[in-house]
Amino acid sequence: MKIKNKKTGIAIMMAAMTMMAAGCSATGSQKGNSASGNTIKVGVNMELSGAAAGYGQQEENGIKLAVHDINKNGGIKINGKKMKIKIITRDNKTSTSTAASVASQLTTKDKVVATVGPATTNAATAAIPNQTKAQVPLVSPTAADPSFTRTKKGGVQKYVFRAQAQNNYQGQVAANFANTHLKAKRVAILADNSSDYGTGLAKAFKKNFKGTIVSTQYFQEGDKDFSSLITAIKNKKIDAIYVPGYYSEVGVIIKQAREAGINAPIIGSGGMADPKLAKIAGASNATNVYYTTPFSTITAKNNAEARKFMKEYKAKYGQTAPTYSALGYDATMMVANAIKKANSTNSNKITEALAKTKNMKGVTGTISVNKHHDPQMKMSVEQMTNGKVVAGYTVK
Amino acid sequence: MQIFMQQLINGLSLGSIYALLALGYTMIYGIIKIIHFAHGDVYMLGAFFGYYTINVWHFNFIMALFGSMIFCALVGMLIEFVAYRPLRHSSRIAVLITAIGVSYFLENGMSVLFSGDTRDFPQVIKQVNYEWFGIRVTNIQLLIFATTIILMIILQLIVKKTKMGRAMRAAAADPVAAELMGININGTISFVFAIGSAMAGAAGVLIGLYYNSIEPTMGLTPGIKAFVAAVVGGVGSIPGAAVGAVIIGCLESLMQAIGFSAFKDAAVYVVLIIVLLFLPAGLFGNKQPEKV
Repeated sequence: MKIKNKKTGIAIMMAAMTMMAAGCSATGSQKGNSASGNTIKVGVNMELSGAAAGYGQQEENGIKLAVHDINKNGGIKINGKKMKIKIITRDNKTSTSTAASVASQLTTKDKVVATVGPATTNAATAAIPNQTKAQVPLVSPTAADPSFTRTKKGGVQKYVFRAQAQNNYQGQVAANFANTHLKAKRVAILADNSSDYGTGLAKAFKKNFKGTIVSTQYFQEGDKDFSSLITAIKNKKIDAIYVPGYYSEVGVIIKQAREAGINAPIIGSGGMADPKLAKIAGASNATNVYYTTPFSTITAKNNAEARKFMKEYKAKYGQTAPTYSALGYDATMMVANAIKKANSTNSNKITEALAKTKNMKGVTGTISVNKHHDPQMKMSVEQMTNGKVVAGYTVK
Repeated sequence: MQIFMQQLINGLSLGSIYALLALGYTMIYGIIKIIHFAHGDVYMLGAFFGYYTINVWHFNFIMALFGSMIFCALVGMLIEFVAYRPLRHSSRIAVLITAIGVSYFLENGMSVLFSGDTRDFPQVIKQVNYEWFGIRVTNIQLLIFATTIILMIILQLIVKKTKMGRAMRAAAADPVAAELMGININGTISFVFAIGSAMAGAAGVLIGLYYNSIEPTMGLTPGIKAFVAAVVGGVGSIPGAAVGAVIIGCLESLMQAIGFSAFKDAAVYVVLIIVLLFLPAGLFGNKQPEKV
């Protein structure tokens, strides 16, 4: 309660100051929000409770660490004056309507100059109209649906960016990995049918896989019995199985497939990258399992930024940095980088600079934003043996 | 043939899980004519209680199974006492809405207390695969079959051979007349809730062990499927619930086996609609028309 009051107090103060500032710049040429005083306010619209809270909390950790790193050296230099970043975090409860109202609060009441989050495609998409109206850019760390940064007519959403490569690319990487590394000729697909995530990845995989897709079957979020699906594909002489989905279901699929005697490689997507996967599948079953991920702790060892990030993360939170924290970190760094490049705290100027992001050294790799506002980055494939990640491959 | 037999085994093991849940639905409906929507959540509580006793109190499988059955029996009686008993003489819709409310309360309450994360169930029994003529059965599947069959026989004996069973049948047939004959209606209803919920608790532990993944929303889909199974079999009939559950389980397996995995849930509901249209009392249901 105390904090809330304090926050509200600051917000009112800031709002008053911004109004004054707005009054001063009577030219009216600059729309959007600008910072006032010595701090730059960045909003965090995040899934801190509800269904995606696990992902949201990991991303928030990464965001906090990024802000800490930026402010450590006095902040970002703008017109010769160093300004610190201050984050204003609001929980969108994994709800689309709350995500939209949080976007409105952050942009109009808190007057942030940029927003990081939401994490999920649905919530992030719901935040777009209010962000656009306020002309404040939004960088989602993990919204992966291809259409997220596109308008309905196929153009690009001016104020919308993301730090993670979109699904089509992830599916393509998985297919290339199956082609070149596993040399698979016959693959069965078991895809999560309850979100665009699973179906989108399955589609992208099919498009890029060179061999035969012997079977494509679907399951629902929350399903626990896959034995019939597995029996049905068992006798089809498959070289690999592609399972785009989340760890809660994929873990059970791995368990049941191994118990049914299928030892073929199982390839999945970033939604599997969770320590719970090996626990649900059983450590010995989680062998010969691969998944695509934008951040691999193994390939990260070749990247100085990532090494530093992992060390700091471990020191601050006492655990190995998860993928979603790395993406939260990079999303925040993209914003900071854009503020620096724009040499301005005006949200429209930041938006322009975000669109021009080029060769930014991030923890998930070197990031450049393309004309669709998608980051261009390399993906890693991690390999699990006995429930542990044993190898990482960089795949184009 | 091999594949067919394997799919049949898959269907049967799914069916026996639905059966344990469907029995609870059917008994409770039989006696107080309400659809106990929170039944699937009682099953979830059973799984979580088993998880707790095994991890914290280091129970073995049998103790965890009985522990969860007793715990769920108490929960069932509590739900009946708090949520349904005050509404004994209100309209059906009020009771139905209450049932949905209890279900939401349990699901979200557990999410708040223990987070909505999926967790792995402690594997107290090591899994062993048996293979005959290329057909694989695990010891846990056999355990599920055995537990389901034993519990069903015990249930049938209680209903048909004991005094309490006679009271249950009397209360189901005509509660007012039964009360006039000196049967303690409230006690009987409590007993039915206890038995039905104990079955759900057993199912919770078995499922936890079998799939190795439990979460607060795990009761939702199996709860609905078991309800469909109870309706297909004929609500109120114990053998009906078992047969209905096996039909639903095998149907789901069949849909996945022939490549229509995306439609497996739809197929279950189509069967429900067909049964309701052409055989409203279900396969084994009491065909007496209801007097209005």
